[in-house]
Amino acid sequence: MFEGITSSLTGALSFFRGSGKLTEASIREGLKAVRQALLEADVNYDVAQEFVDKITEEAIGQKVLESLSPQEMILGIVYQELINLMGPVDHELKLRRDGISIIMLCGLQGSGKTTTAGKLARMLKEQGKKPFLVAADLQRPAAIEQLKTIGAQLEVPVHAEAPNGNPVTVCQNGVKAAKAAGANVVILDTAGRLHVDPELMEELRNIDRKVEPQQILFVCDAMTGQDAVNSARAFNEALELDGIIMTKLDGDARGGAALSVKQVTGVPIKFMGVGEQLDKLEPFHPERMASRILGGGDMQTLAEKAQRVFDQDSMAKAQEELMRGKFTLNSFLDAMKQIKKLGNFKSILQYIPGMSGMLGQLGDLSGADKDITRIEGIISSMTAEERQNPENIDISRRRRIARGSGVEAAEVNRLLKDFGSMAKMMQGMAGMDKMSQAKQMQMMASSGMFQPGAEMPGAGKTRSKPKPMDADKKKKLKKEAEKQKKKNRKR
Amino acid sequence: MGWFDSLKRGISKTAQILNTDVRDLFKAGEILTEDKLVLYHKRLISTDMGVAAADALIVEIREKHLGRTVILDELWKTIHDKLESLLRGVDGEVWDPEQPLSPLNFSNVGPTVILVAGVNGVGKTTSIAKLANLLKKNGKKVVLAAGDTFRAAAVEQLTMWSQRIGVEIVTKPSQSDPAAVAHAGCTRTKELNADVLIVDTAGRLHTEVNLMNQLTKIRRVISSQIPDAPHETLLVLDAVTGQNGITQAQKFSEAAGCTGIILAKLDGTARGGIVIAIRQQMSLPVKYVGVGEQIDDLQLFNPTAFVDALLATGP
Repeated sequence: MFEGITSSLTGALSFFRGSGKLTEASIREGLKAVRQALLEADVNYDVAQEFVDKITEEAIGQKVLESLSPQEMILGIVYQELINLMGPVDHELKLRRDGISIIMLCGLQGSGKTTTAGKLARMLKEQGKKPFLVAADLQRPAAIEQLKTIGAQLEVPVHAEAPNGNPVTVCQNGVKAAKAAGANVVILDTAGRLHVDPELMEELRNIDRKVEPQQILFVCDAMTGQDAVNSARAFNEALELDGIIMTKLDGDARGGAALSVKQVTGVPIKFMGVGEQLDKLEPFHPERMASRILGGGDMQTLAEKAQRVFDQDSMAKAQEELMRGKFTLNSFLDAMKQIKKLGNFKSILQYIPGMSGMLGQLGDLSGADKDITRIEGIISSMTAEERQNPENIDISRRRRIARGSGVEAAEVNRLLKDFGSMAKMMQGMAGMDKMSQAKQMQMMASSGMFQPGAEMPGAGKTRSKPKPMDADKKKKLKKEAEKQKKKNRKR
Repeated sequence: MGWFDSLKRGISKTAQILNTDVRDLFKAGEILTEDKLVLYHKRLISTDMGVAAADALIVEIREKHLGRTVILDELWKTIHDKLESLLRGVDGEVWDPEQPLSPLNFSNVGPTVILVAGVNGVGKTTSIAKLANLLKKNGKKVVLAAGDTFRAAAVEQLTMWSQRIGVEIVTKPSQSDPAAVAHAGCTRTKELNADVLIVDTAGRLHTEVNLMNQLTKIRRVISSQIPDAPHETLLVLDAVTGQNGITQAQKFSEAAGCTGIILAKLDGTARGGIVIAIRQQMSLPVKYVGVGEQIDDLQLFNPTAFVDALLATGP
């Protein structure tokens, strides 16, 4: 997600990276590219302009011009400004501690309200609340059935009435039914409507007055263009929104709408939908988002996600083995299984710093997921002894393993070879600090580590000798080293 | 109500008179300055037509009018002509408003198959209902295949529509293989000797490789049943969509070979300018526009009227 804006902003900022010192002119030129990138990301025109103006103002200061690494300063300012634009964080749904709380969802048609209602219900249930769904979308044919189906999947009760009724009454009855059922959070799924439709907006206001929800959340499609600000503003004026949920962020939409909607309404973005399944709702974090936008990756989300899914014991064991420099096929298999639990390869990769930019280069990774299943099969066909000491697997054992797992013997060979070089790297990594580990990971990925069957670097014969450097390049490097020395002395 | 009226109503509910945009920005008799162009650029961007198209237009205006005295009609003509040519594309195809079915490619022998695809929530099912209604009103015998077996109650939604319009529908239980539904649809269409089969598909993000492959498979199954089918593959695009619409059009075309666009939900303040960027970059034409929530609110796309409405001042 946000890959588009990441690559174009990175492109725009590489302008700074190449040119040694920054002049006012080059700031302006570079920031023009930033503005264009924002517009292409569907950031509202005024918001983009304001953003660029602010950065220009901050960047054309003495400090930056005299700074030793202007691109870092600019990146820092852009990053900070993006955070300011999308923050501050507020994930609270402000639910009542006692009694019943009501959440009302509203938005344009097709923004994903009904699915989001299901996701919210699931999340609340996971937190120990007793959610209750009310099908107040009487407009779209079969919307009621959709919510009923979702409710049944989640085992969350749904209040529904005949589609020819009045949505306001449905909501009132729904709240009554929820109280009777002992629920403590009611989620109202209202019909999608245009903000320029006065009658339907009045209907929402009626629901608001009669039911008095604690939270009114606006559901916004991340793919929305320039009009996003108009609808968000109109809904906010009519209803005083408490929060925004961005949906469909699992696509490749640049999601400029997130930036502009927040800026224009001042209403916090609380959650984001990142998939069709009902568990794909995540809290929105401007810092992470900004860091993603700048291609910095998002380790924090991965860490949190991992905490939820990873089996702590087996992770600890694998880590211990790693630290001792012992990496067996067993820990390899465990790691693979854990990765599978987390989600597909691609969704993992985008959390690792520097990887999001590489996703494009890697291309279709769906094969890699299938490959994990096959690797699992191969390793499962080995004896415990073989898994512990893979170097003892000879030709006849290989044939047996291949037969057992239904693959070609060559594939077993390849796995063992990949494993061998990975183990070597892991051993190396065990002694490194976190930063170098991340770098190593990135190197592994760029060399085709995650592409099944690709050659691994540092794997015995495949290691290539460093090419002799040409004279010019050498000279340049030397010069730079001199410069750096001088700088260091200045400090 | 004429089709132009409902389009106008659709695009701008505040119903401003055409080209006020030009009038309130550029004053007749004034010298056209670069500052004015910057302001106009902003308005163009707000239609979602994209930076490239907006830039192209500004370049054109700059060449012809910069530093000269503004003559409103001439300025308006420059803008209008440029946009219309962008929209018409290289082939300059225009459909006859008197023949609402003229954009569709019908099979010479046997039934015509129309496959409809798009991302989630763009309005596929509603657009299919409108299209089926239009075909039926023009004397075609229509069968629907409820291929969205993924989203809860999508089959029910299309079934309700089929009953309202009075056309046959082929369904399978939720979570069935959508290709099997398409297959059954083809069989039923041949049995009934119907004219047109419209195949619905589940909304999918174009970044989902597996789901895009599934679309290719559905296409393959259809063509194995009815040669040369599908004759039309229509991408439904939400008028509110921003620049992501371009990627949608590209990816769906790669997977399913799109032949045209239905621009849905052109009834808010969204301008649907993204279709200009799409036409400019990949020459995929808009065939129909959805301009309201009623079953009759599907209109043949008319570039001239679209440009007129696009440039009217929004709220």
